[in-house]
Amino acid sequence: MIKKSVLGNQVSNRCWPVAVGLAIAVILAGCNKSSESSGGAGADVSIKVGEFASLTGKEASFGQMSHHGTELAIDELNVRGGALGRKFSLHTEDDQSKQGESKTIARKLISRDGVVAILGEVASGRSLEAAPVCQESKIPQITPSSTNPKVTAIGDYIFRICFTDPLQGKVLARFAQRTLQVKKVAVLSDAASTYSVGLATYFKDAFKAAGGEIVDEQKYSGGDKDFKAQLTTIKSSKPEAIFIPGYYQDVGLIALQARELGVTAPLFGGDGWEAQELVSIGGTAVEGTYFSTHFSPDENTPLVQDFVKKFKARYGVIPDTMAALGYDSAMLLADAIKRAGTTGGPSVRDALAATRDFPGISGRITIDEHRDAKKPLVILQVKDGKFKLVEHINAE
Amino acid sequence: MRRLQTMLARWPKLLFVFSMLGVAALWLCSSRINGYYLDVLTKIGINVILAVSLNLINGYTGQFSLGHAGFMAVGAYTAAAITMFVGPQVLPNAGSGGFQLAVGAFFCLALIGGGLAAALTGWLVGMPSLRLKGDYLAIVTLGFGEIIRVIFRNVDSLGGALGLNGIPPYTNIFWVFGSVVICTYVVVAMVHSTYGRGFLAVRDDEVAAEAMGLNTTRYKIVAFVVGAFFAGLAGGLYGHYALSIDPKGFDFMRSIEIVVMVILGGMGNTAGVIAAAVLLTLLPEWLRGFAQYRMVFYSLLLVVLMLTRPQGLFLWKQKKKPVLRA
Amino acid sequence: MTLFFQQLINGLSLGSVYALIALGYTMVYGILRFINFAHSDVFMVGAFAGFYFSRFFTRCSIVGGVTVTVLAMATCAILGMTIERLAYRPLRKRKSSNLAVLITAIGVSLFLENAGQLVFGADYKAFPALFPTRDFSTAGGLHASSNQLLVFVVTAVFLIGLQLIVLKTKIGTAMRAVSFNHQAASLVGINNDRIISFTFGLGSALAAAGGILYAMLYPSIDPYMGILPGLKAFVAAVLGGIGNIPGAALGGLLLGLIETFVKGSRYSTYTDAIAFAVLILILIFRPAGLLGKFQVEKV
Repeated sequence: MIKKSVLGNQVSNRCWPVAVGLAIAVILAGCNKSSESSGGAGADVSIKVGEFASLTGKEASFGQMSHHGTELAIDELNVRGGALGRKFSLHTEDDQSKQGESKTIARKLISRDGVVAILGEVASGRSLEAAPVCQESKIPQITPSSTNPKVTAIGDYIFRICFTDPLQGKVLARFAQRTLQVKKVAVLSDAASTYSVGLATYFKDAFKAAGGEIVDEQKYSGGDKDFKAQLTTIKSSKPEAIFIPGYYQDVGLIALQARELGVTAPLFGGDGWEAQELVSIGGTAVEGTYFSTHFSPDENTPLVQDFVKKFKARYGVIPDTMAALGYDSAMLLADAIKRAGTTGGPSVRDALAATRDFPGISGRITIDEHRDAKKPLVILQVKDGKFKLVEHINAE
Repeated sequence: MRRLQTMLARWPKLLFVFSMLGVAALWLCSSRINGYYLDVLTKIGINVILAVSLNLINGYTGQFSLGHAGFMAVGAYTAAAITMFVGPQVLPNAGSGGFQLAVGAFFCLALIGGGLAAALTGWLVGMPSLRLKGDYLAIVTLGFGEIIRVIFRNVDSLGGALGLNGIPPYTNIFWVFGSVVICTYVVVAMVHSTYGRGFLAVRDDEVAAEAMGLNTTRYKIVAFVVGAFFAGLAGGLYGHYALSIDPKGFDFMRSIEIVVMVILGGMGNTAGVIAAAVLLTLLPEWLRGFAQYRMVFYSLLLVVLMLTRPQGLFLWKQKKKPVLRA
Repeated sequence: MTLFFQQLINGLSLGSVYALIALGYTMVYGILRFINFAHSDVFMVGAFAGFYFSRFFTRCSIVGGVTVTVLAMATCAILGMTIERLAYRPLRKRKSSNLAVLITAIGVSLFLENAGQLVFGADYKAFPALFPTRDFSTAGGLHASSNQLLVFVVTAVFLIGLQLIVLKTKIGTAMRAVSFNHQAASLVGINNDRIISFTFGLGSALAAAGGILYAMLYPSIDPYMGILPGLKAFVAAVLGGIGNIPGAALGGLLLGLIETFVKGSRYSTYTDAIAFAVLILILIFRPAGLLGKFQVEKV
């Protein structure tokens, strides 16, 4: 009797791994599909474009805006007849602002859905996850707003239509010098975000090279709420301005606490600042502060104003940088497909690489040899709770 | 069929060989399988290893550990560091004949290296935690998981906050499922051996076990070390599959996801845990449209399970007193 | 020197919030010997309750501020008691193992966070100014905001109030009785279930107050805001001696100070890890905490 029960244990415990493994093998044998590398599905009529964005989760506002812009562009393109006689169909996936999802999503879009190209993502970390898959499958990827230089370095199928952080750092240093006219700057960066750490480094190098002095550098972790300790230390170093290359949710609080501590120096930062929450959280503390970004809806050109009107009519809000870049990424892709004359990966890739002076909403886009876009930066200032255009600074 | 089952149960080594052959067969067909499905299979395999190894610590030894993702992180970073920094100096050129074999052997060593580093971490975590019970142990292991994560976030040579990119894609179905088989075999064999009764004794009543002369300290450490080793192995496999690892991906939530698998499967029930791991890897894929409800669903599942069926979903044969009494 | 005192002010105000949350942890642990993981999320719900209630009352007014706070506290007291009724009491009745209750607590915590994300949205919301604010600065260059002072004062008031309740009232005596010995308490006629419910309600109300004060200090709220402060408050409770009310306050203040000084130093990026390191050190060297008594485990 005892022997039977002992065996019973072992049978139920040991057979299972094999049984499960065999079951999976059988299922796979049944669903045998050849992997599709290029999306050129002959039987299908539409041109499938893949997109992945953070539609939910912590960075939902970025992802949603970017997605709206892309969606608007695709619909507009289809109204005008699509490309090569076919309409576009947009396949969007949500990566929930989480690590680890983007690779599977990219793989799914390419292997299962058969997209010809992928648009995404806003965050450099997630673009980096998906890039190796796109590169390996020879599917072009266009990131609308990932600024970390490593993204396009993955391979020649990865493109971006925004500037990179090294550029942004240099331009901000120039801004600090020429417009703010300060020589002593303190830096407060987010150690948990490579974007912030990178931008801080590039800014510091450029500022020091131009003769400026970094009087203090403090760090925080993204998501922290209390910065008084760091700000108190910064205050004692008496900076003329404080550079904060972080994200809007933290910057809002930082500005509040800085003012509470009696810090009156002007504050400035990078494109991570751009969101309405900066003002709703920061209130009067962020009045008069500056930040760099890719696009301003104040641009008085017919192209931009037309876009702003259409976007507002459809989504009820004024488009921001993410929306503009999402829009441009889709438009550029369509343009490249038309120039290539086909949807095959390698040809579209070549057409993208050859882009010169494409009239984007976010500026004229020329793709350089690193597959980055050469574009001017826009400096905005917070005035009366809105973002006002101050100046353009060209990348050199 | 019953004869076959009995035969396999009696000679576990035979079962082991049988499984490895199955894995080899799967690997040979892998080039004909759609890339997406291959990805999902890889994820399943990695999650199975994580769940089974956690089951050893939580289920069989009754030590509630909430920091398993930390061990995974150690293994991932160590294995990646080995292949990325040591690899180019040791491996022959890409074109040469023995390259594939050399890569395979080297990868194996890197994985083991990752596992050993994680095992060491498991030892370091286990040592101070030994005298703690239940709630405290959970919080401390959670704390250790977070500390490990913060440390990696601050090490710039391993990528810092952006994480480590450009890890060579060495993981394939063979390594993943081979590791699954090895891990399962080791854990099950250990627990079902005479020595292994000690784990269950520690779980059921530690004071009584101590009174009977068992070195409960040693058992707990062994559980942590072995569990951590395989978590590190899974981490190494994960790193060379995702090609890009990031401290944020090894946070408390990841540990919780593994814990849910162990609880759903039934703590101390290896077969159930494997089934739960498979199910909880496939569900998010099938329900991609409902991704935002996933965590709500998991958390409700935990609560409902504890209230109605704490022994887990997959426990059919009630051989021993279940860990979590209803 | 100014730097030191400024950091002191910062540390004490941060510590006060940790103390307030820690009070809730310690009370529940004292009575039930279990860590209510969901406490940190009740804290978050309190902040959001304050956010939504504030729409109906005037901003920057003392009356409005107090009303909103009281309403939020009431809401969370009900929430806490509901959780206890639905999730913890059935397990207690069945004499479940400790592990089962722990897992349930984790489940409830995750549920609140993720449901909160669905209901409130995952983005950061700006918490309005409930009370009129003023910034104070001294001759020496020290700055403090009225919110910081308010937090400190409110925490002290609640602490004293809680001690009074526990030591001087009938229900407080009942709470202490239940914490010594459940069975004996019910033998002398105490309704354990009611006392436990009351404890949860009280603890949750304190968490809500903590949530609102925290949101006043750092006016950016999101569904996950409770996790890190909750964990740190737990460390504070353990530091002071879990089950010990003054201990929780002491632990909170100490932890706030330690954190602030670390943040102002070169090692600021390790701040989160510091809290856990403190926990581990305390558990190794003085598991009873600073003010606690070591309890022998009886077989």
